[in-house]
Amino acid sequence: MLAESLGLSAILFVIGVIGVLTRRNAIIIFLCVELMLNAVNLTFVALSRYYGMGGQVFVLFVMTVAAAEAAVGLAIIISIFRHKQTVDLRNINVMKG
Amino acid sequence: MIQAQSLALSGNHPLAGTIAAWMWLLPVFPLLGFFVNGALSLCSRAHIGPADPGVSHDAHTDGADADAPAGHAHGADSHGIARPRFASVVSIVGPGVILLSFLLATAIFAAMRGVTVSTPYIQHYWNWIPVGDLHLDFAFQLDQLSMVMVLIVTGVSTLIHVFSIGYMGDDPGYARFFSYLNLFVFFMLLLVLANNYALLYVGWEGVSLCSYLLVGFWFLDKVNADAGKKAFLVNRIGDVGLLLAMFMIFANLGTLDFTAVAASVGSMAFGGPLVTTICLFLFFGCTGKSAQLPLYVWLPDAMAGPTPVSALIHAATMVTAGVYLIVRSSFLFSMSPIASITVAVVGAVTALFAATVAIKQWDIKKVLAYSTVSQLGYMFIGVGVGAYTAGIFHLATHAFFKGLLFLGAGSVIYTMHAAYHHSGNHADPQDMRNMGGMRKAMPVTWAMMWIATFAISGIPPFAGFFSKDSILNAAYEHAGNSVLGGATWLGMSGHAVLLGVYALGLAAALLTAVYMTRLMLYTFHGPSRASAEEQSAMHEAPWTMTGPVVVLGVLSLIGGWLNLPAIASFLGTRGSLDHWLDPVVGTVTRAMTNGVAIETSHGTELALIGTAVAIAVAGIAIAIVMLKPGSLVIKAESPDEHGLEKVLAEKYYVDEIYEAAIVHPIFATAKNVLWRGLDVGIIDNLFVNGSAAVARGIGWVGARIQNGSTGVYAWGIALGAIVILSVFSFR
Repeated sequence: MLAESLGLSAILFVIGVIGVLTRRNAIIIFLCVELMLNAVNLTFVALSRYYGMGGQVFVLFVMTVAAAEAAVGLAIIISIFRHKQTVDLRNINVMKG
Repeated sequence: MIQAQSLALSGNHPLAGTIAAWMWLLPVFPLLGFFVNGALSLCSRAHIGPADPGVSHDAHTDGADADAPAGHAHGADSHGIARPRFASVVSIVGPGVILLSFLLATAIFAAMRGVTVSTPYIQHYWNWIPVGDLHLDFAFQLDQLSMVMVLIVTGVSTLIHVFSIGYMGDDPGYARFFSYLNLFVFFMLLLVLANNYALLYVGWEGVSLCSYLLVGFWFLDKVNADAGKKAFLVNRIGDVGLLLAMFMIFANLGTLDFTAVAASVGSMAFGGPLVTTICLFLFFGCTGKSAQLPLYVWLPDAMAGPTPVSALIHAATMVTAGVYLIVRSSFLFSMSPIASITVAVVGAVTALFAATVAIKQWDIKKVLAYSTVSQLGYMFIGVGVGAYTAGIFHLATHAFFKGLLFLGAGSVIYTMHAAYHHSGNHADPQDMRNMGGMRKAMPVTWAMMWIATFAISGIPPFAGFFSKDSILNAAYEHAGNSVLGGATWLGMSGHAVLLGVYALGLAAALLTAVYMTRLMLYTFHGPSRASAEEQSAMHEAPWTMTGPVVVLGVLSLIGGWLNLPAIASFLGTRGSLDHWLDPVVGTVTRAMTNGVAIETSHGTELALIGTAVAIAVAGIAIAIVMLKPGSLVIKAESPDEHGLEKVLAEKYYVDEIYEAAIVHPIFATAKNVLWRGLDVGIIDNLFVNGSAAVARGIGWVGARIQNGSTGVYAWGIALGAIVILSVFSFR
């Protein structure tokens, strides 16, 4: 059971990484980040079966922080949209040195 | 506490408990004077502004008046000249502290005469430099030699300080001048009282500093400031020699105290390379301080300072420090015939060389400057041939008559300046071509300067006759029968070399008589070359200036009684100075002549003296016959010299040669190699700008990576994570 759970978690995580790396739409990237977080959550839950309840407690923390992060992240994206009329990351490159 | 410590260390010395125990006050008085006058100078400076009439009268910013007192207290001058602030306090404190030192020195001298002093009286004050094997005390040493030097320094200084009251009376820097002069006397006393080479070196450097400050006293004029710098730098070159000699003495003998070094010189081989090298380095230091070849060049330029400075520092005291050092180190020089003969030869060549230059100088102070170099050469002949007393004897008489000559020249310049000021003339008040016939206006100065001229020329019974004669006799006699006469020097026999030295000395004596008579004729005799209006403004200088001149005139007259030769014993006690200095230099002097005192026959001595006197008289006669003061014209209308005359007037072009051979290459190296190559090229461009360029390059690469596209950053994070994870996984 553990192997399958970890395998699913890995697949989800890699999908999330590839999404972050290849997509250009900020919303999609944001969703992919959430996907990676949830992949990690799945790992915590699966392993808590063998290593105690700590992993499940940690998942609750992650979900809380992820909710907060979603609120802040979406607010930023909306700000960017208002400013640039787009959420395409190719057009947002003001962070260069 | 000072008293207790010194008593504990030297309690059984005959001088302990006498007034000599207060000898530490000797330099303290001038030091106090320095602080008081310096403080007054700082206070008065704060008030020198555009509203100060003294500033508007500051004549020293234009070249023609480079060396003349600012204004004058008498004459028809109608300028509103304010005396400098606190002038009356300074006039009392400045000479007063020196007079106190002189009176104390006289009292100590009286105490010394009352007891038998065979060893130096040493007072330890505190541990100065205790480092490892090096233990240097701040300690004073009083012996017969120090005593003579202290009396000369304080005595002549007192007179010249009094002279300065008149000469510098209206200078805005009056207090500053006296504070420097006081500081000089302090360092000079430190130099002659020190009981070890290191403390002597402090005084040695200190007098150099004061010389620098006083030569460049009127520093607003660049010429004067440059002369000060030249004096300082040339002296530093010589000081390297003294420093190296000190290092070698300490490395080989383990001490720098005079008494300890004297006690342990026996550990070095007689005439060996070690002691010879030490002596030659010591002597190199002396050539700088005492203006001998090849480092004499600073002294003529140092005449840019006020004339009392020239009299005190550059004639009577500081420049004789080299002679003092050699006599003080006589236990070393008597160990090395080669070094001693070198000293004598350099002295003799310098004496003749400088005398030839003095013959064609027009600036009255330049004549005296080259004359000083020449007379210092005589002193080095004396100490070089092992006649240490004769060297000190000439040092003393020279302090009298050369001090007098400079002060007299100062009075003349003062009067010339006053006359030119009266008529608004901007000619050079120091050029003898502009003078003439000043005897009528300044009879006292005229008479005194003739005394000094006879003294320096060697006419009996004036002071210089006895001292110069004892030097030349010693050179002649030591050629025949002494350690030096038997030594070889650069492949030549010492006998021949010393006879050569004697001949050079005689030749220089002839020229001395010629150039001094020339100076007197051109300055005081013949028709006056000044305008009638200027002549009417010429007066004898005030009593503060003539007084010291007269005192020095008396000393120049009777100074010879300090050390009468055997042949003149009908005049009084013979050899007083010989006897007085015997505890210090007697042993080494006798060692020079293989332990026996030279007894020349009466006939030989008469012949030697006769020769010297004949030459002096001949010199004066030649000058009187050959020179026609009446045919001189003022400087502005004088034709240029040609041939040999020009070479002499241009001082053999030595300054130009040094400029081309030493100064210019150093400048070129400094500019092209050190500045443009090392500083700009390597340090600035390679190190400073180079490291900046590297940082900028790295930054450029970083800026290309940080392009603002978050996708690239994300790739970076992901790849980085993979790299880190794989490193941890496959480790």
